[in-house]
Amino acid sequence: MKDAVLDISGLTTTFTIGGRAIPAVQDLDLAIAAGETVALVGESGSGKSVTSLSIMGLLPRRVGQVAAGSIRLRCKSGQTTSLTGLDPESLRRLRGNDVAMVFQEPMTSLNPVFTVGEQIAEPIRIHLGKSHRSAAADAVRLLGEVGIPDPERRAKQYPHELSGGMRQRVTIAMALACDPQLLIADEPTTALDVTIQAQILTLMAKLQAERSMAVLFITHNLGVVAEIADRVAVMYAGRIVETGPVQDVFDHPRHPYTKGLLRSVPKLGEAAQLKAQGRDLPTIAGNVPSLRHLPPGCAFANRCELATESCRAAVPVLEEVSSGRHARCIRWREV
Amino acid sequence: MLTYMFRRLAVGLAMLLALSVLVFILLRLAPGDPVAAYINPSAPLSPQALAELRARLGLDQPLPVQYLAWLRAALSGNFGYSIQRGGVPVLPLVLGRVGPTALLMGTGLVIATVAGIATGIVSAVRRNSSLDVALSAVASLGISSPAFLTALLGLYLFAVKFHVAPAGGMLTPGVPFSLTDLLAHLILPACLLSLGYAAMIMRYMRSSLLEVLNQDYVRTARAKGVREVWVILKHATRNALLPVITLIGSTIGVAVGGAIFLESVFNWPGMGLLLVDAVSSRDYPVIMCATLITGAGVILVNLLTDLLYAVIDPRIQVSK
Repeated sequence: MKDAVLDISGLTTTFTIGGRAIPAVQDLDLAIAAGETVALVGESGSGKSVTSLSIMGLLPRRVGQVAAGSIRLRCKSGQTTSLTGLDPESLRRLRGNDVAMVFQEPMTSLNPVFTVGEQIAEPIRIHLGKSHRSAAADAVRLLGEVGIPDPERRAKQYPHELSGGMRQRVTIAMALACDPQLLIADEPTTALDVTIQAQILTLMAKLQAERSMAVLFITHNLGVVAEIADRVAVMYAGRIVETGPVQDVFDHPRHPYTKGLLRSVPKLGEAAQLKAQGRDLPTIAGNVPSLRHLPPGCAFANRCELATESCRAAVPVLEEVSSGRHARCIRWREV
Repeated sequence: MLTYMFRRLAVGLAMLLALSVLVFILLRLAPGDPVAAYINPSAPLSPQALAELRARLGLDQPLPVQYLAWLRAALSGNFGYSIQRGGVPVLPLVLGRVGPTALLMGTGLVIATVAGIATGIVSAVRRNSSLDVALSAVASLGISSPAFLTALLGLYLFAVKFHVAPAGGMLTPGVPFSLTDLLAHLILPACLLSLGYAAMIMRYMRSSLLEVLNQDYVRTARAKGVREVWVILKHATRNALLPVITLIGSTIGVAVGGAIFLESVFNWPGMGLLLVDAVSSRDYPVIMCATLITGAGVILVNLLTDLLYAVIDPRIQVSK
């Protein structure tokens, strides 16, 4: 992709466990342009969060490492930097500055012993070199921008004095403090009430439009994907299995896993109907294979109705099925 | 805040009262007779004179009466007179020993806290490295070595063998007071006192910090681009200190026991030495007063720790 803010190609991230290198992410290609939101979707353990930690350079030390591929980021200066080749100190200077992250658990991702104002001001002082006073003023302004009423008073409060939704607004303010080029949101609404979820999504969309940031939105909630993302990449057992514009993928999935996921989303009326008929909600039979014992072929084959011998022989390639759409399935035409 | 402190102080007074009853009863239960201190072995007293002496000291009264008499006098500030030291008033005698003991314990605690926290941080950050293993081994040794062993061994090594520290006392007799002289006498017993304590603090700090380093907010700090050294010293350590402070506050009473021992080994003119002397000669008034003053000190330090806790952790509000 031209002008991509984030351009990942061939990323393989492994975890060394008991002397064995176990691939958590394999051969991942992903690009995000300025102002674009790409959703990374998958079940727990599919490699979504490992992808984000690989970008941030926050893989657990001595255990996780980027084994292959490249991650390139266009920084605020306009220069493109390869994140995989950077030394830890240069990577630290980019973190919170050119690329920032919002985490899943607003209850635990803020430090309990510092005021929220101080926690927002910290990256401003570190990366923009502002004084305590000026950074504190910026923190109050940011709290206002993320929709927290009475920001002067709130800035002096501690995380435990704020509700979950408020805290997530604080972590968003913290991530946006230095106007990053890329924002990674790792399940930012999963821990919130449904009504608060909608507010946070609206807020994120608004802030993104104002700043034309690239956003990588990690979630397992397909409803959230439909609401916020331009494009979606579906991950399964460490690999992207399908990618494309959200509407296309949702309307015509080209991978059996995507199709199964979409079918498994309970719809209000339908769920009640099924219950009345005494039938179970639709699910995908079986479990995600362990990353330690991945099958030689398609990792989804054992749960797939369309699986054949050739599916189990070799990992299918990510094929272009139409313009801007790819699927990792040899029988995508029949899905 | 004020009401909280008043309530804590009231509870502290009640505890002191209970302590006085306990010590009073325990003393009377212990074998030995305080009157023995009055007797000149070369000129034994007649039974009649002994009875008179007993009556004068109030030792012939029933226990509750004795206790109430003691309490009434104590409440008016009169803690009685030393039986052994020829009728010296007890309170000034004991209060005069508070300073040296506070100096020794305070120095020991500061050394233990600083050393324990610093080595705990190093051990946690470099966990499973050879440095961590070495520090943990030293800590295990420090915790499991009894005070009588470390005190005597330290005394032998540093004072007798290498002559780097004086063997005892607080000041060199006959020499005008100087700070260097005091410090030279202080450093060895203070270090020995801090040994086991530092080891305990180090182990707590290590495990507490390891737990904190796995918290989400530490990852958040890294994601913000905070330098690793500040991630540990600012974001993680302040949270990791909370249980360590509780430990320091709640085990201060144990440290008093260690101090008593070191004082008698190093002939340090503090409360411990006084107590040991008083116990061996059944000097009831001195024991009562010294125990209560020590108890008051421990209770006060515990209160201060709780207040410090509220300063470090904003989630704790002492006013409630």
